[in-house]
Parts: sequence; C-alpha cells; structure tokens
Amino acid sequence: MLVTNIAVTSEFGEFMSDQLESVEDFRIRARAWLSGNMPKLDPAKEYNTNRVADREWVEHRELQKKLFAGGFAGICFPKEYGGQGLTPAHQTAFTEESAPYEMPLRLNVPSLSICSGMLLDMGSEEQKQKYLRGAISGEMILCQFLSEPSGGSDLAGLLTRAQRDGDTYVINGQKCWSTFAYAADYATCLVRTDWDAPKHRGLSMIIVPVHDDASHLQRVRMSDGSDEFCEEFFTDLVVPAENLVGAENDGWTVGQRQLFYERQAVGGGSPYVSGRQATRGGSEVTVADVARAVGKDQDSATRELVGWQTALDTVMHQVVKRITIGMTSGEYPAMASSMMRLCHAEIPQNRMDIMLDLAGDEAVTSAEHGDGYLRNVGIQYLMRQGASLGGGSSEMSRNMVSERVLMMPREMAADRDVPFREVRRGR
Amino acid sequence: MDLELSEDQKLFRNTTAKFLDNESPIEKVRALNKAGGGFPAEFWAQGAELGWAALLVPEELGGGSISGNGFQDLAIVAEEFGRLVSPGPLLPVNTVIAGLVEGAESGPDHSAEIEGLMSGESVATWAVYEPKGHWDPLNPTTTARKEGDNYVISGVKDRVEIGNEADFFFVTAKTETGVANFIVPSDLGSVVIEPVAALDFVRHFATVRFNEVTVPASAMVGTQETAPAIIERMFQVVVALQCAEMNGLINRVFEFTVQWAFDRYSFGRPLASYQALKHRFSDMRTWIECCNATADEAVKAVNNRAENSARLVSVAKAYIGTKAVQIIQDCIQMHGGLGVTWEHDCHLYLRRATTDRQLFGTPADHKRRIADLIGL
Repeated sequence: MLVTNIAVTSEFGEFMSDQLESVEDFRIRARAWLSGNMPKLDPAKEYNTNRVADREWVEHRELQKKLFAGGFAGICFPKEYGGQGLTPAHQTAFTEESAPYEMPLRLNVPSLSICSGMLLDMGSEEQKQKYLRGAISGEMILCQFLSEPSGGSDLAGLLTRAQRDGDTYVINGQKCWSTFAYAADYATCLVRTDWDAPKHRGLSMIIVPVHDDASHLQRVRMSDGSDEFCEEFFTDLVVPAENLVGAENDGWTVGQRQLFYERQAVGGGSPYVSGRQATRGGSEVTVADVARAVGKDQDSATRELVGWQTALDTVMHQVVKRITIGMTSGEYPAMASSMMRLCHAEIPQNRMDIMLDLAGDEAVTSAEHGDGYLRNVGIQYLMRQGASLGGGSSEMSRNMVSERVLMMPREMAADRDVPFREVRRGR
Repeated sequence: MDLELSEDQKLFRNTTAKFLDNESPIEKVRALNKAGGGFPAEFWAQGAELGWAALLVPEELGGGSISGNGFQDLAIVAEEFGRLVSPGPLLPVNTVIAGLVEGAESGPDHSAEIEGLMSGESVATWAVYEPKGHWDPLNPTTTARKEGDNYVISGVKDRVEIGNEADFFFVTAKTETGVANFIVPSDLGSVVIEPVAALDFVRHFATVRFNEVTVPASAMVGTQETAPAIIERMFQVVVALQCAEMNGLINRVFEFTVQWAFDRYSFGRPLASYQALKHRFSDMRTWIECCNATADEAVKAVNNRAENSARLVSVAKAYIGTKAVQIIQDCIQMHGGLGVTWEHDCHLYLRRATTDRQLFGTPADHKRRIADLIGL
C-alpha cells in the first residue's frame, strides 16, 4: 500500500515548523492577499450547487490563475509542480480565510482533489510537469473517465479497449458518469489493454484529451433537471503512448489510487480541496432555515428534528476528522475512508427527508415561496439517492468496510482469475 | 477510543483495563447482581487509590492527573467501565466533585468533603431529579427555606444513583431567591431513603425524602449566583461521562459480536460470509466510529472548558444515546435467540446503555437543547 501524503496531526505541523512558515503567519499573509486580490462574494448572487452556469467555468479558471500567481494555489501539492508544499493545516486556514471571497470551487472536484492527487502519486515526471502543473495553475481542468454503461460498481469489468499501435494507443468504447467532463480538457481514462488476463490485470490508465474529433461527448440530463454528468463515445481515438500512467496492464493499481482520492473527496477529507466546498446534493440552506420559513420553529417536534439534524451534521465533520487522523497515523487501513463515504450518504439523505417533512406542501408547489428554497427542497429530493450512488454505491462501501476493515470473507466473484474474454456478460 | 491519546494516557488506559479485568470481570458482575447489586466497598476504595476520584480535583486541593487533562483521563476510566459493565459510583461521585470544585471559589469551604470523596472514604451523589419530573434542574420543587443561619430543606428527589449508599447528597433546591445547591448528610433522621427498582444490572437507585432537614448556611455549594453555572458544569460532566461509558459498551459488544459472526456457522459457512449481515456490520462499525468521534470531541470540550462545550456534549448524547441502544439491539439480533437469554451478556450491556441513554436528558431532550443552543 502506498503511503498517503496527507498529514493532519499537530505533531506534523510542529515537526515541520523549522522549514515551513507557521500556520498563523501563513493565515495573516493569506488574509491580506485575499482582501487585495480576490473578488468578494456577492450575497445576492444565488449559488446553486446542482447547476453550474457556463460562465462559472471561465470565471473559476481565472480565479485559479489568480491564486497561482499569488502563490496560494495547490497548497498541499509540492512546489516543483506549482503547489506550495504546505500542510493540511495551512490549507484549512486558507479555506477559513477565503470564506468571504469568490473561490474556484468548481476545480476542486474532480480536477484537483481526485485526478491531480492520483497523478502526483502515480504520474511520470513529464506528466506531472504538464498535467499536474496545468491543473494547479488554472491552465487546464482534468476529469475522470471511469464508469461505463455496462456496470457501475464492477468497475474492473470495463470494456473500453486501447490497442497499442507504435507510439500511440488507439481507443474505442464508451464512458459515462463523468462529472463536469464537458468543461474539462483532459481525462484520466481507464481502459482494457489485455483481454486474456483476468479483469484486474488487463487494465491501463491513459490520459486522453476530452475534446477530439474521434470522440463524441454529450451531457446526461438528471431527474432534477441538472446536466453535470457526461457520456463519451470513442471511435479510434489516438493518443501518444507517453500518456500511459504507470505500467501497461497495471491500471488497476493506478485506478485504486484515484478511487482512494475520490472517496476522500466525496467524504470531505481531501487536503487538495481549497475553499468551502458545497457537496453535490448538499445545500447551503439549513434545516433551521426551512423550519423558520414555514413558521414551525417554535413547535416542539420541529425543534427536535432540527436539533437531531444539527447533531448529525456535527458528527459528520467529527468522524471525517477522526478517520483522517486514523488513516494518517496508519492505525486505520485506507479503506476506512469508506466509512466517511457511508456517512456522506446517510446524513445528507436524512437532512433531505427532514427538510421535506418540514417544508410540507410547499415543497411541491407554492405561490409564496415559488422561486425560493422551499421548492428546491422538493427538487433536491428527486436526486436523494445520488448521495449513496455517486463515487461508488453505499452497497460497495459496505462491502469494503466489512471485507477490508472487519476482514470478513469476500464476496464470491465468478470472474476471479478467469481470462477476461471468457467472463460472462449480460446483453 | 481517542486516536490521539498521549503515551501517559495509553498507559493509564492499559492499567485501568487490567485492573478492571482482574477485579471486576463479567463473572463478578454477575455474582454481584445475584447478591443484590451495588458495589463492593473495597473495589471502590482500590479505584480511589488509582485516582478515579482525584482526576477532576485541582492540584491545590490534592488532586490531579498525570496527563494534565483530568477529564479526558476520567473519560478513559468511564469507557473502560463500559467495556466490562463495571459497578461503582464513578459517575455520581465525580459529578459531585465537579460541582464542589466549581463552587469552591465562590462559596463555603468544602475541601473536607472533596478529600473524603477523593480518598474513597465517602461517596456522594447528585439529588436532582424529582418524581414525575423530566430533566429540568433549574426548576426544582424541593425548597430550601432560610431560617436564621440555617436552611431547611423539604422535598422529594428520585432517580438518585447510589441513594442508599451515599454518605451525603448534593441537593439542588429552590430558595426564596432562586436555585441553590446544598450538601446534606444522609445519616440525618429527617432524610428518608427508599431504594427503588432499576434496570441496570448492578447500579442502585433510590428515592430520597428530605423532611424539613436543617443544614447550616455553610452547607451551600457556591452561591445562588453561581448555582446555574455549577449545575451546567455537573450536567456536562455527567453527560460526557455517560457518552464515554456508552462507547465502551458498544465497542465491547461489537467486538464479541464480530467474533461470533466468524465462529458461528450456518449452512456450512460463517455468519460473517453473508452479505446481508456484512452490510449490517458495516453500518454498525460506521456508527461506532461516529460515536467514538463525537464522544472524543465532547470530552475534549468539557476538559478544555471550550466555548461550545454545551452544544458538543448534547450532540454526543443525542447521537450516542440514539445509536448505542440501536447497535446493541442489532448485535442481539446477530446472536439469534441466544442474544435474548439471561445467560448471554448482551442484556447486561443493553441495561447499562439504556440507563445511560434515559438519564440526564434523553436523546430527545438533548435534540431540543441543541435547537435552543443554535438559537432557533
């Protein structure tokens, strides 16, 4: 298992204090820089977590370039790739200080926290100089091409093929559920390079351009009307062989690393996220806001529900902190992050349920609150299950916790150690 | 268990666990139940020698802890108590000590009482609940009437842990000018103690009647002005200790239930191989992680007297109070019919968890308190 480069213990901060700027000095410097350089958040501007306006992508690239020029981009990434080489404590301080300002939040997930995190650990020096530096500097945005229509949870059973042809790979197949791909420049794409090996041993990770004549991308409309997910079709897409990340047919190792960062990002424990990130399906509106809006805030049963959800939200932060500490110290296996992921499904779903109950009939139709968040309570509810599906289903997480944390017997797999071309597939 | 304990604290945990393992294994707890419950005096005396009643006492009064974080250390003991459903007045005695220490600066001198409790020579408990009343410590019906240099205390307190063993009571009562706390010896003729049935396997509770009990003004703890702060401190201390204890309970039950899932075979395979059960174990493991996380934060907040300690304590009690019993019931389910027998230890843990859950604010009480604290 690879050693993670996250470190959140106070010991780490003290240990490094000889070489590094102290968190407090950094905080003061950041505060001054932010006020002089970043635009103030406009409280009147609606920030919708489920819809992204096209202009945001332009704005956020510019904001990232500003951070980079000011020396505040990629706080936990090494300096040689454009980062600042600081600790998660510095990042936390920066996130706190940046709260009143516009931040390039759209670049956090997946570009910086998932794809860049993986490239730092697994990429070649050339790849890091190009793509990691590119992402940190705001020059490019990265996304993931992982899932395929043939199966979500069984990622290693993917069918997109890459054929080596001289100095290139030729890629054919189809990907889906790629978040924000339409706005990205490059994707880390997991493909099959050996059909005679068992499924995990015939995969490779290859960096591909998102927009190319040989690929067709379209946005997928979700039940709440949002369309942040994309699907892509590749027909003889040619990429240079140097875009291979790690070794050929060792893509599962690389993919595992990327999935680790995905769980961490979805679970809220990523050191590469900068600024207060609103999670998908989440909401800036609190249960207490809804209780007040419908005039039930003095009702005893309502107060109990609000208190309960407040407790759950607090516990979610506390458990993320604790598991991160456990994984950093090595007391917990990396798969312990699956517990964070479970909390990040259960607790927001409970919040949506409570909000729906409190909003009552106004969640479905209302003259008074027609354009306000009471209606959004209903819309948000349509994508409730997204919280336990995105980034791997909760059922997969439960397998992980029972098999990798509690060490219970693994599920039977009919495709284990079978050449992939002989594995049975549905139609 | 806190993942960031110091070396001193890890050592303290190990010695505490070893001591309890030797002196109060589950078989002894069962024997104690058979003999009527309560706690063996020599067991508590030994515990006091180990410092179980000294951790919240400042050094100038003879107390202290090796780590310098007395409340965290006390929570370690409470968690170990949970793991073995230990008997003994750990919660009531330390809650009273917290109150006495809190009132020391503003009120009459009670260092003799603190010393007695610390050495284990005496035990005491908070008489705060009243019959038919819910958790509402600032509005007692028990009265303390001023008569010359004395106070005359009248009223009934119930749900008083170790009510029949206590040497003195820490009584919360209402004076003509507001709520106040008093120390009342238990051996006065006008104090009538009636043991009552309790769900816990060994812990005793009683109803205590104060029939015009006369105590000197020096029996007051702190002052009327400081009384609400004293009560709040005691409340936070006892609730955070309940949370630590419940954590010990669920961690231990989960451990032996996971072991059972590996050892028990049905249809030729271990229970641990069934996905339906694995998923339930995963949820339980995740909830336990949450319980540990929130208890640690509450304990730290109380230890550091953090600004948000009231809220973090209520968050912990609302969450753990809800989940602990749910987890134990799920573990009982995993044991099948064995889980609901007297012979199996599950019910010892469920009894303690339910007791901790219900007293000093149910989860529902704490949820409403959180709503108050966030300004709804």
